[in-house]
Amino acid sequence: MSIDKDKIKHVSKLARISVDEKKIDDLTKDLSSIFKFIEQLNELNTDKVEPLSSILNEPLRSRKDEINDGKIRDKILENSPKKNEEFFVVPKVIE
Amino acid sequence: MADLTKKSLTEIVSLIKKKEIKSEEVTNLFIKNIENDKKLNSFITNCNEHAVKKAKKFDKNPKLDTLLPGIPIAVKDLFCTEGVKTTAGSKMLDNFIPNYESTITKNLWNEGAFLLGKLNCDEYAMGSSNETSFFGNVINPVAENTVPGGSSGGSASALAADLTPATIGTDTGGSIRQPASFTGTVGLKPTYGLCSRWGIVAFASSLDQAGPMTKTVEDCALMLEAMAGFDEKDSTSINKKKENYSKNLTNNIKGLKIGIPKEYRVDGMPKEIDKLWENGKKILKESGAEIIDISLPNTKYALPTYYIVAPAEASSNLARYDGVKYGFRSNKGTNLIEMYENTRSEGFGDEVKRRILIGTYVLSSGYYDAYYIKAQKVRQLIKNDFDESFKKVDAILTPSTPSAAFKIGEKKNDPISMYLNDIFTVPVNLAGIPAISIPAGTDNNNYPLGLQLIGKTLDEQKLLNIAFAVEKKINFKQNLNRWWEK
Amino acid sequence: MTREKGKYLIEGEKGKWEVVIGLEVHAQVSSNSKLFSGSSTKFGAEPNTQVSLVDSAFPGMLPVINEFCVQQAIKTGLGLNAKINSYSVFDRKNYFYADLPQGYQISQYKNPIVGEGKITLDLPNGTKTIGIERLHLEQDAGKSIHDLDPSNTYVDLNRSGVALMEIVSKPDLSSPDEVNAYIKKLRSIMRYLGTCDGNMQEGSLRADVNVSVRKEGNKELGTRCEIKNVNSIKFMQMAIIYEAQRQVELLEAGKSIDQETRLFDTKKNETRSMRSKEDAHDYRYFPDPDLLPLNLNKELIENIKKNLPELPDQKKERFINDYSLTAYEANVLVSEKEISDYFEEVVKTSDIKLAKNWIMGDLFASLNEKNISISQSPVTAKKMSQLIDSISSGVISGRTAKEVFEIMKESGEEPNKIIESKGLQQKSDPKELEKIIEKILTENNDKVEQYKSGKDKLFGFFVGQVMKISGGKANPQLVNQILKNKLKK
Repeated sequence: MSIDKDKIKHVSKLARISVDEKKIDDLTKDLSSIFKFIEQLNELNTDKVEPLSSILNEPLRSRKDEINDGKIRDKILENSPKKNEEFFVVPKVIE
Repeated sequence: MADLTKKSLTEIVSLIKKKEIKSEEVTNLFIKNIENDKKLNSFITNCNEHAVKKAKKFDKNPKLDTLLPGIPIAVKDLFCTEGVKTTAGSKMLDNFIPNYESTITKNLWNEGAFLLGKLNCDEYAMGSSNETSFFGNVINPVAENTVPGGSSGGSASALAADLTPATIGTDTGGSIRQPASFTGTVGLKPTYGLCSRWGIVAFASSLDQAGPMTKTVEDCALMLEAMAGFDEKDSTSINKKKENYSKNLTNNIKGLKIGIPKEYRVDGMPKEIDKLWENGKKILKESGAEIIDISLPNTKYALPTYYIVAPAEASSNLARYDGVKYGFRSNKGTNLIEMYENTRSEGFGDEVKRRILIGTYVLSSGYYDAYYIKAQKVRQLIKNDFDESFKKVDAILTPSTPSAAFKIGEKKNDPISMYLNDIFTVPVNLAGIPAISIPAGTDNNNYPLGLQLIGKTLDEQKLLNIAFAVEKKINFKQNLNRWWEK
Repeated sequence: MTREKGKYLIEGEKGKWEVVIGLEVHAQVSSNSKLFSGSSTKFGAEPNTQVSLVDSAFPGMLPVINEFCVQQAIKTGLGLNAKINSYSVFDRKNYFYADLPQGYQISQYKNPIVGEGKITLDLPNGTKTIGIERLHLEQDAGKSIHDLDPSNTYVDLNRSGVALMEIVSKPDLSSPDEVNAYIKKLRSIMRYLGTCDGNMQEGSLRADVNVSVRKEGNKELGTRCEIKNVNSIKFMQMAIIYEAQRQVELLEAGKSIDQETRLFDTKKNETRSMRSKEDAHDYRYFPDPDLLPLNLNKELIENIKKNLPELPDQKKERFINDYSLTAYEANVLVSEKEISDYFEEVVKTSDIKLAKNWIMGDLFASLNEKNISISQSPVTAKKMSQLIDSISSGVISGRTAKEVFEIMKESGEEPNKIIESKGLQQKSDPKELEKIIEKILTENNDKVEQYKSGKDKLFGFFVGQVMKISGGKANPQLVNQILKNKLKK
């Protein structure tokens, strides 16, 4: 299956990455060759195989319902490119 | 002691413990070497002042009952280090200073070591030649104009050039073992879950593992001992008793069975690699091990499987880089969606964007079953292959890489040819088992080549022992002409 | 809209239409800390003070699951008579929004923790069973505040990562009234179990409403629209009424319904399309590789089952049997755990019939009047008991008790004290009453004659006079008894 420009544009919207019109041809070429490569998997019949559910043979570990985190607002906000004393600040969404 | 920086970590630790040398002296010697890093470009951030301060503090009141007393260590810039810029080799995190410390680095500092600097790497650990970093290419000290491998290229380069006595990297598809092979050093990827992933910038969560990169196997055992351990903050961390890899290291491997997988002999493999592989077999036999031919039938599907699973997980792990909470935010764009799109387009490099797009695609509606589920099924088959083989053998011997270091720019325009660098290393990550690369010899250009030993789940001691035995017999010596200092 | 034999139908221009409703309820789990991090879940904290590095998705952060949240989900599933799945998986639901720091929400897609179940609704014309499709655990998102700044949105991540149970019903609901009953019952069950406080004003309970219509009698499902994030029952009902009407009008005009997501505009009372969801939802679900599959063993589930508190339906049966209540009465008294606890405390010592009438009558009226809950009422169960006992023992009459109650509901004073201080005790001394009655009968001889010759209604007149003279305190039963005796023909 080949990858075409429209599919790439659709996927890049999902990934919130804008693709340069100038670069899209090269990108299409690269992605097409990569997909051709990964489609080798179709040579294998895997009808009776269960997909790997976990690489570890362990139960999911859980923790107790204790409050032992938070109350670190300054730490949480200090790396933000735009903030005020209490909130992260972002441009508005267009509804 | 100008030669000190050429010594192994174990030797330096011994000298410090015997009080024959002070930490400050050790630190200053490495700092001097780092002054010549410009041509290698292996460091992104230097922590010279911090290191000297720590060294002086150590010397005032030396605590000698730890594993790494007074040792300065530079680490891959993927480990979050408190108060020290952590970039993941990306513009996206060029200004990111974490206010927390990764569990792995904390473990090292708890054993007496301290931070020497942050090492260059492929952006977000995506690459096999350290040519995708926002901070420029890293050069292999083995020869000008050659790549050190990747993604832990800066780590391997700094280590081989004696800019750090030991270091740590991460390995998702070979990012520790392949650069180790290219630079003539030792690199280990532990069993998935042995080393905590908390505080490491995530690339592919079910594949990423931190591991030691050292000059010798003995050093590797020491570093692993310091790094490994259960972390309750990581749900994929294995809860097992700590092992003394270093103390229990032995080269007695009599009676162990070593598997040679026929599928690893690929068409067009350089003759030198074959020769080294044969030499490795011979050495193992001489050491009392038994060589057994095995088959890992689904080996050739490992790389395509990896290039579905890893990008899929990465596309989701990198969604948090949106300019809201930390890191780069584009000032173009008037609404939230535009801000996201511009931030991520400007902040990420081309290889990262490519993999995010692949990952998003293989998870998307209509393609999930055909790609992602298919890949997870093949992954199960690859794991089964190893499980079956390990019923007959204790470890598996293969080459680490299909070639020695190549020239900068040589594979940049062909992604597949770049991906093929990892053909021998990737199956190991898919199966979650440990593997180590040790220098085994050189090719016709005198560039180093590595042999890989693959072990059973949580069987690091045995793996290290076998590597130790082989290393001793090979006695690989690398004498670089230190061109970067001229 | 017509109701035929209790069926809810919309009257279109070309015929009658049924409404098919399915609800996806998001219920915040009652727990101290969040689903995958140790931050507090308390409502009303200062912005971004209940946020950890994990909640704000810093590089290298990892989730660890809260075992209590898992138990709460199991309890809720058992309360819904649902199958608890011994194997479930946490998946990432990938999308971008400012209050979703990870760029994905940890949820459950193909393998939820709870499978099919059912809820029984008590409706005026009988009961109806509503099927539950599934229940799963997921992270809540933070809050985006749009109205504090004209060009910017402020983001508060306090709520980000709080555990939610998403409870999906089958499309078995057919009217706004049924939706009301469903939400109330679901809320009641969770409050009984202590798994969700159901406080809709604080956002503990919200719902996405799926609405479609079909011609009356048709068995196939029409195209549905989803109305997202409705946070009160009243709005749910209004949204359903509007949306169903909108769909009927479209269909009768020969147009088709676009399957889409809509919002309910509470100011305009209408639903409208959410234009910002351009390329639809491709959430690219896949199992979260930072977590492992959740395996629940039978013992754990059995243990939880054994220790479940009594649920509304069980309690209702017990009330009907033990207290001889009607189904209607039992329903009312079990609708909230607080009410059933109150009732049971009162009837421990006091008369059942009086208790149920006083609670469902005067007490409930006072709660409505003051817009408070039973636990906020100054009339505690103990005090209510006291009041009822004073009627049973004849200290005061029923009528006097109403006076006393009026005082109690304001001041919370004990009824015995009120009766004492105002001297409201009934006159129950037969001798005293006889005297009064003798006097009245003597003074109204003519009326006595009239009564004796057939004017039965005059009995009330005599009673009234007795009451007048006694200041309303004469024991009505005794008065009746004595009067009857004296007026024997």
